[in-house]
Amino acid sequence: MLQPLMFYVLAGLILGLGVLVVTARNTVHGVLFLVANFLCVAVIFVMLAAEFLAIIQVLVYAGGIVVLYLFVVMLVNLRRPPAPPLDRRRQSRLGFALAAALLAEITAILVYSARQPARALDGVAQAPPALGNTEVVGMLLYSDYLVPFELASVLLLVAMVGAILLARKDS
Amino acid sequence: MTPITPYHYLVLSAALFTTGLVGVLVRRNIIVVLMSIELMLNAVNINLAAFAWERQHAVGQVFAIFVVAVAAAEAAVGLGIILAFFRNKETLNLDDLDIMRW
Amino acid sequence: MTPLWLIPLIPAAAATVNGLVGIRWFPRGLSALVATLAIGAAFVLSAGVFAGLLQAPPGERMIETLLGDWIPQIPLATANGIGMFKVTWLLRADALAAVMLLVVTGIGLLIHVYAVAYMRDEPSGAYARFFCYLNLFCAFMLLLVLAGNFVVLFVGWEGVGLCSYLLIGFWYRKTSAANAGRKAFIVNRIGDLGFLLAIFLVFYTFGTVDFREVASAVAARPVEAAGLGVLSAICLLLTLGAVGKSAQIPLFVWLPDAMEGPTPVSALIHAATMVTAGVYLIARTAALFMHAPLVMQAIAVVGAATALLAAAVGLVQHDIKRVLAYSTISPIGYMCLAAGVGAFGAAIFHLATHAFFKALLFLGSGSVIHALGGEQDMRRMGGLRTRMPLTFATMAIAGLALAGIPPLSGFFSKDEIQVRVFEAHPWLFAVALLTTLVTAFYIARLMALTFMGSYRGGPWSPVASAAAASTAAAHGVRHPADAPAHGQAQRADHEVTHGPALRGPTSMARSAGGAGDAAHGALRGAPHDAPWTMTLPLIVLAVGALAAGWAGVPATMGGSDALGRFLTPVFAGLASNAAAAHAGRGTALGVMIASVLAAVAGGLAARYLYVTRPEVRPVLALRWRGLHALLYAGFRVDALYDATIVRGTLAAARGLRAIDLRVLDGAVDGVGVIARTGAWLSHMLDKYLVDGVVNAVARGAGRGSFLVRRLQTGLVQNYALMMVLGLFAFLTLYLLGG
Repeated sequence: MLQPLMFYVLAGLILGLGVLVVTARNTVHGVLFLVANFLCVAVIFVMLAAEFLAIIQVLVYAGGIVVLYLFVVMLVNLRRPPAPPLDRRRQSRLGFALAAALLAEITAILVYSARQPARALDGVAQAPPALGNTEVVGMLLYSDYLVPFELASVLLLVAMVGAILLARKDS
Repeated sequence: MTPITPYHYLVLSAALFTTGLVGVLVRRNIIVVLMSIELMLNAVNINLAAFAWERQHAVGQVFAIFVVAVAAAEAAVGLGIILAFFRNKETLNLDDLDIMRW
Repeated sequence: MTPLWLIPLIPAAAATVNGLVGIRWFPRGLSALVATLAIGAAFVLSAGVFAGLLQAPPGERMIETLLGDWIPQIPLATANGIGMFKVTWLLRADALAAVMLLVVTGIGLLIHVYAVAYMRDEPSGAYARFFCYLNLFCAFMLLLVLAGNFVVLFVGWEGVGLCSYLLIGFWYRKTSAANAGRKAFIVNRIGDLGFLLAIFLVFYTFGTVDFREVASAVAARPVEAAGLGVLSAICLLLTLGAVGKSAQIPLFVWLPDAMEGPTPVSALIHAATMVTAGVYLIARTAALFMHAPLVMQAIAVVGAATALLAAAVGLVQHDIKRVLAYSTISPIGYMCLAAGVGAFGAAIFHLATHAFFKALLFLGSGSVIHALGGEQDMRRMGGLRTRMPLTFATMAIAGLALAGIPPLSGFFSKDEIQVRVFEAHPWLFAVALLTTLVTAFYIARLMALTFMGSYRGGPWSPVASAAAASTAAAHGVRHPADAPAHGQAQRADHEVTHGPALRGPTSMARSAGGAGDAAHGALRGAPHDAPWTMTLPLIVLAVGALAAGWAGVPATMGGSDALGRFLTPVFAGLASNAAAAHAGRGTALGVMIASVLAAVAGGLAARYLYVTRPEVRPVLALRWRGLHALLYAGFRVDALYDATIVRGTLAAARGLRAIDLRVLDGAVDGVGVIARTGAWLSHMLDKYLVDGVVNAVARGAGRGSFLVRRLQTGLVQNYALMMVLGLFAFLTLYLLGG
């Protein structure tokens, strides 16, 4: 009984905060809503038995990335929010409509598949893992996914160099 | 109250994804657009974690970790571009970035 | 076990060393040494593989090396339910690959040696960069040849395309070279798209991308003789890829422009190896093609048409490298023709011999260009026979081989193709015979203009007389004033290839006839044969051009057809290949005599026009000036593509305006416009068929692209919206469908 309740509360929070992020007039507020949103998602991860992912979410997302956003928001420090007339080519209404339609379609697909009898899970180990979640993820990362893992580190390095180059003042 | 199934998480993920999508399509502030992209990536992560939970296999979480890594790279580069753009144009308005046409 | 994987890896490693370290720190000698040693090692290993395969019994002529998984296993939908998409780094050397290995590494080695001296005047950074690209090219080409499945072949395929782009635009500060590189890359993209789609379709149909598995799966299917089925679709797409890479109609436009690259590059990539990759692809997937006879016929027709038309264009070009460029397109058309009639062995045989004599022709022309300080216009050459005897002798051998004079290599390979074509489609044989005649003519013309007669060029330093100066400027030779425009290397003006638009037919006829003598003058430093590193490859290639034909003398001529028997296991079980042997001795002899007669006739005609009675030429050029101009501009295909694709947006605006006017002015005016357009069209069709088609297509494309232009707002979010629209459509399809 407790778990459904918790899920619905969290889902409401996540969606509400998401809407606030998108609609925020003040970008600083938006970033703060984003942090709260990420923390709620981290709780969702805990409910999904993905503790390691939850910690990553808090450390990297809420701790690292969002701070980066805050820095940039402070740096660019726009005094007045941009309010030129809307460009008619943008077709915002079409965007709303499409997004709504997309959501409806995905939900329809999900509801439809939820009604189907459960398919057998082929070829996947069904036994609950004997190890803790972090150990399992670590084993996978350093065995089967070692190469992608290393590639991800290279990607981060490249992104770091690129970000420095981009943000540097022209000499 | 019915027990929570993976489908609940998937619907949540879809809704969050759509919220981010609206932000990407409608907002004109580049920073907000980037933040909306982060929302969408989070939705993807919920999706992956939900499937990992359903299948009792951590590979979905591994992929979520990769998504986080890519998101970090994307944020770093994207914010760098924003800084460069702001320095050149003194604005954060995406509509002023329309030189990409024929 | 021969270390197969080392063959592409060594050049790749050398390219890495030269690219990462060499460009900045290596002296010239070191970077050249690294590159040449690498390709030499690859050659030795390839020879080892070849020898190993030669000793093996026919059934076991294959070496495989599995380097590991690339894409482990992805379940994907195929025609037969869910298939596992699995790609491995599988290298496989069979007889076909072994022959190609020898050609690529052998010719590659010689050209590396040649380039050591040829590129000497480059600054050392550019020198190392050149050898880095050249080695990288060899690595990708060898990967392409050794690939055991479609996807690995595609990696090599794209890699050689990339290197071709890099090398064509090697002098990237020169706008024309950079543009030529881009053109080659973009035109090749069209073909590559076809190839990629073919790979998708292969996996969808057979559930595997391995060549052998596909071949055995195809064998179980019926031959699609009557209609076009899925096999035909695959073959058509593969053909599109081959047509792009091998510069066949309609995608040949990039090859003449590719001569902007340094001459060794033209010899290696755009004559001997990369452009033949299309033929190799067809031979490699021969099992598929044998099940799609209609596509085979299409290939034969395209090949024959390309062979003839390219040879015809080669008749009138003035730039020595452009002549050779068209003369490369033409024999590759021949190879496609051979593949189209099922004579895959003959196609590969011709590919090998052609690699020898065409590389030799390019290197020889490079020597000539080198000796004349960058002159490429044959109207200002001549009389070099006595000054460059060695170059003359080797190029003469290559020219005779190209023309198909016995007993040189080109004769045997060409003859084998012609016999097979004669059996399959006699009317295509007529085209092939005509091509032989034209080929002999243009190559004799090239030799005559370059080596016979008296020297017609002016002094290379700033020209004395005003008339000569203006001629020189019109031809795009270096002018003192525009030196900074080139200037990437000291010899950036070295290989100026002129666009055909620069010169009209009249000025051409004039300068071809009389004005050439006006510019007569003393040379600064008389031309002479090149240093030994450049002549040695010439001599070795000449020996190859002389003797390579003996590897495959057809049985009907009393030969042993060693190459054919070596290749047999590769094409074994393909129905029409067995038919090769039944050619009657009489037929073979007749074909041979006809072809030799055609070649001799072409050569004699050229001799008459260019040596005996040169004064007839201006008269002829004037009488046939429409045809002459058409040929000179390469049938205006470049102009056609320019008008349809490049000017598409411009025409779109015009089309929009035309629509507006018509709507405003009402129906009467509309009818008038239509009538006028019709009259104008018929007028143009009457006068210039090609021009008419061009403009009509341009207009159609213009009006059609009006809608598309509106979509390009430049707003990022609009593009995102399009993506979402696509996603929406996809999901809708999914919902409706299932």
